[in-house]
Order: sequence, then C-alpha cells, then structure tokens
Amino acid sequence: MAALRVLVGVKRVIDFAVKVRVAPGGAAVQTQGVKHSLNPFCEIALEEAVRLREAGAATEVVVATLGTKASQETLRTALAMGADRAVLAELAEGAAAGPREVAVALAALARRLQPQLVLLGKQAIDDDCNQTGQILAAILDWPQGTFASRVSLEPGAVQVQREVDGGLETLRLRLPAVLTADLRLNEPRYATLPNIMKAKKKPLEVVPAADLGVPAGPPRLRLLQLQEPPPRAGGEKVESVESLLGKLRHAGRI
Amino acid sequence: MASAAETPNCLSSTGLTEDQKEFQKVAFDFAAKEMAPYMAEWDEKEIFPVETMRKAAQLGFGGIYVKPDVGGSGLSRLDTSIIFEALSTGCTSTTAYMSIHNMCVWMIDTFGNEEQRRRFCPSLCSMEKFASYCLTEPGSGSDAASLLTSAQRKGDTYVLNGSKAFISGGGDTDVYVVMCRTGGPGPKGISCLVLEKGMPGLSFGKKEKKVGWNSQPTRAVIFEDCVVPVDNRLGAEGQGFSIAMQGLNGGRINIASCSLGAAHASVLLAQEHLTVRKQFGEPLANNQYLQFGLAEMATRLLAARLMVRNAARALQEGRQDAAVLCSMAKLFATDECFGICNQALQMHGGYGYLKDYAVQQFVRDIRVHQILEGTNEVMRMIVARNLLQG
Repeated sequence: MAALRVLVGVKRVIDFAVKVRVAPGGAAVQTQGVKHSLNPFCEIALEEAVRLREAGAATEVVVATLGTKASQETLRTALAMGADRAVLAELAEGAAAGPREVAVALAALARRLQPQLVLLGKQAIDDDCNQTGQILAAILDWPQGTFASRVSLEPGAVQVQREVDGGLETLRLRLPAVLTADLRLNEPRYATLPNIMKAKKKPLEVVPAADLGVPAGPPRLRLLQLQEPPPRAGGEKVESVESLLGKLRHAGRI
Repeated sequence: MASAAETPNCLSSTGLTEDQKEFQKVAFDFAAKEMAPYMAEWDEKEIFPVETMRKAAQLGFGGIYVKPDVGGSGLSRLDTSIIFEALSTGCTSTTAYMSIHNMCVWMIDTFGNEEQRRRFCPSLCSMEKFASYCLTEPGSGSDAASLLTSAQRKGDTYVLNGSKAFISGGGDTDVYVVMCRTGGPGPKGISCLVLEKGMPGLSFGKKEKKVGWNSQPTRAVIFEDCVVPVDNRLGAEGQGFSIAMQGLNGGRINIASCSLGAAHASVLLAQEHLTVRKQFGEPLANNQYLQFGLAEMATRLLAARLMVRNAARALQEGRQDAAVLCSMAKLFATDECFGICNQALQMHGGYGYLKDYAVQQFVRDIRVHQILEGTNEVMRMIVARNLLQG
C-alpha cells in the first residue's frame, strides 16, 4: 500500500474542568500548578488519524506541537493514544506563540515529512482562535476542510463533511489537504495501560522552533487585557406576561 | 463538581514517574467520565456495573499486576495503588470490587500452574468473567484460620461442605477463589480451590442490604456436597492460608488506595462547597477554623498516601517488612480517610446529609474499609506481634 502519512498538530491547554483565574496584571491567566491536558479538538483530530491508520487508509501518524518542554507530556499522551512518533517544536521557557507561529512551524514540518493529510483541532479551548488550520493551508497553498464531522479518504483525495451554519456541507479535496476536526467527528479513545507502556519506546524528536522558521520575539497576536465577567446580577420574577413585556420594553430590550 | 484531577493541594501526582502520571491520568479521566456521573444511581439502585467494569478492563484495569502472558498489564503494586486511588474518585464501591477481582486474578496467576493460569486468567483480565475471594465464614472472621468449610478428597475431586459469608460479588461473579480445610485444624490444614458458578452444589444466600458498597452485591456462598476437580487446587495442599494472606497483603494496599481516592474526592468537594456557600455575609472559606480544617484534611491525606505508596514499594520489592507495612498502611489510611470524608461531610452542613450530594456516599462507602480485608484491630495485632517478637 502506498505510504500515506498523516501529520496531526496538537496543543497543550489548561484542562477544560479547571476554574481559570486571571493572573495579577490582567494580561494572562494563571497557569502555574494548574492542570493541563491535550486540547479536546486536537484529541478528536488525533483519534481520526489513528482510526485511518487502523482501517488501513493511512500508514503513519506523526503528532507534533509547538510549545515549551512541558508539551512533551502532551505528546506522550498522544503516543499512548496511538500516534507512531512525535515531534516537539520547542519554544524557550516563557516564550509564547499564536496561530500564525504554530502554522509556520507545522508548514515547515509538512515540507519535511510530506504528509498527505494534516489534521488539526478546529480551535484551542484556551484562545478559541479557530485560525491555525486556515493559516496553515494558506501558507502551504493546500485545500482546507474545516469543522470536519466526517472524513473519508479516496485515492488522491479526501471527502469531508463540514458543519456549517446552514447545516452540513460535503467537499472533495485533492490531497495533500488540511482538515480541522469538529466535535462530532468522533469520540476519542482512552489510552490503555499497555499502550502507555508502548509509548515509551516510540520516537519523540525535539527540534528548536527557530529551526522551523518560527520567528523569535512576541507572537503576532498580542493579548492586551483579560478580565473576569461581571458577577451575575440577581433576576426578578414577574406575575404576568403583561408585566414581563412592560419590563422588557422599559429596559429597552424590545 | 470540580474535576478530581485538580490536584495542587492534594498532591496526588507528587514524586511519580512520567509513566505513572499517564496511568493516573487515564484512571482519573475514566473515573470522571464513566463512573462519577453514575455512582449515585449505582448506589441507589444497587447496580453491579458490569459494562463499565468491562470498559475499564479494556484499558488494562482487569489484571493490573497480573503477568502480560495471560492478559494482565504487568504493572507494579505502586502503579496499581495509583490507579485504584484515581478510579476511586469516580466510584469507591465499584473500584473496591475491581480491586478484589484483581487480587483473585493475581492469586491464580501467581500460585496456579500453567494450565490453571491459561484456563482462568485471560477471561478474568478482560472481565469477561468476574471473581470473588472466599475466606470469611459465619463462624470465622478475624480468626480466619479457624475456618470450617471442609474439602474431602474423593479420587480426583474434592467434595466441599460449608459456607462463606459476606462475599463481595457473590452470586453475580463467575469464579470463586475458596479457602477450605483439606487437612487438620489451623492454618496448615487449609487449601485454596477455584470454583466456578454452575458447579453442582454451589449456591448463594440472599443479597445483603448494606450501608454502602451497593454497586457490588454481597452474598453468602454455600457448598453442599459441591464437587470440585483436584485440578482446580492452587498450589499444594496446606498452602491455602499462605496464599490467602499473600493475596491480602496486596488487597490491603488496594483497599487503602480506594480510601485515599474517596478522601481526595471529598476534600475537593469540601473545598468547592466552602468557596460557594455563604453565611454571615461571606463565603465559608473566609473562616479560619474551616481553613485550618481543610489544611488538616489535606495534610492527613498526604500522610496516608505516602504510607500506602511506601508499603506498595516494599511489597513490590519483596522486602521482609512488607506485610507489616501493608498492615500499618491499611490501618492508618482507612482510619484517616474515613475521618477526612466525615469532616468533609460536616463542612457541607445540612446538605452533606442529602443523597443529592456525593460526600455522604464516600463516607458510607469507605466505612467498611476499616473492617474488611482484616479489621483494623487485626492490623494492630499484626503490628504488635511484629514489634514484640523482635
């Protein structure tokens, strides 16, 4: 079977269940000592790639991330879920990156690894940017299928069902292509104990981000300010529909 | 409910290797998604969650410290403790049963011959079949070596007569590891036989109504001229008591680990409640008394955890002090963790008494850990004997 390599980009984010707090200074959230995990949409993308390999449609799954040394734990989780090997595009401690920088790194890896398919999560749950896949496709000049809810490979092409505002849209893209995974694409597996042990032996390569063309210095997207939402004000119960309408009109809502 | 994996203050990942953190992560995730949402229902409706446990077995949790050649995961006692502690945050009762199942599979794996290992272990590791540990009888609990269930040799079979009490899983499980008397009185006359549901002469008592552990059925197991092939005996005649006690060393670490998980979850619940509940114009968490209480709970939990993990390492290494360390760890952790869960309930005020709130189930579920697998009184006997004989 012809080699079909899938490159999966993943991100280490604060775990969805954590109560996030704004750090003093108001320009970042507290990350020290806070639980981090593999971004849920990235997990879905990885699951899809592993399923493609298990079905015989793909031959290798390479997982990659742009991050500091701590991101190695995320790559190990990905290896335990079934990726064949991993690449860390390493940032210096304290360095930050946004969608543009990630796309530059993944593009460089794509040129090196020659995958037929790049799978990403549609967005990260920390910044909700929903940009990386799109920017990556533009840099590589590859077709993109974002918000994928179903993926099937055909010789030389991939059919993608996308969740769009109007419903579902199905596209056929020539390979190589970039896809981003939406929630309903699949349900990711748990890593099994034997797979966690096997993951130890899988290759994990560390490449300095600069070697992949990621510019030094602050990311193109700069976070200016963060604040917690205002505390919830009390509601009011009314006795009748007329009273409700009156109040809504008075508040300028209707 | 706050994810039980938020651990900065409970420090459950402290000192673990990368692999162990991965195992722990899978167990926490499984507990949060597959167990925690159902623990109240399993308790109320007394459901034995077979499908959920089989899902857990697919991840390798059916025979965690059983050798891989018969389907086990081949991990250490410490890895096992970490896993059960994490799973227990999702449902302590179910995890406790899984730990008993694991203990039984290990006994067959370790003391069985090749034929027995291959016959029983694979389907137990996958939890296609479930196991029960049968030592206690109506007349012999703490005085386990005085058990009366007799196994008379007749040709190439044993004929069993007697009964076992308080058997976890009894009646619903498929494989029974039974300690019975083949020889004279005392521990040296006891052998270990593996029975299977469906053997003529094997029947079960009524399902007991319990304060907790309701996601696992508890029944008497009754033998009336029950015929068991000699090929089902683990080890030699007279080795049964030793096999039972060696199983229990690991079992004590496992049960203590389940208590740790319940206490961990309870501390997080208390922490959440104290930040949310307001009285006298401010959150309860502003009260120094409660802050100190929470600090003490977290400290006691960490102390208990370190004792359990230390005992697990000793057992893994086969150290001479392992049995005593396991007894001390079981005694300390089950007592401390019950106190922690109970204190967490108190911090919830009246809400802690309602079944809508999970903390009461953790209290009810771990109360029995101070009693089974050797009462905490027996743990003291073991430690005292060790101190005074030296």
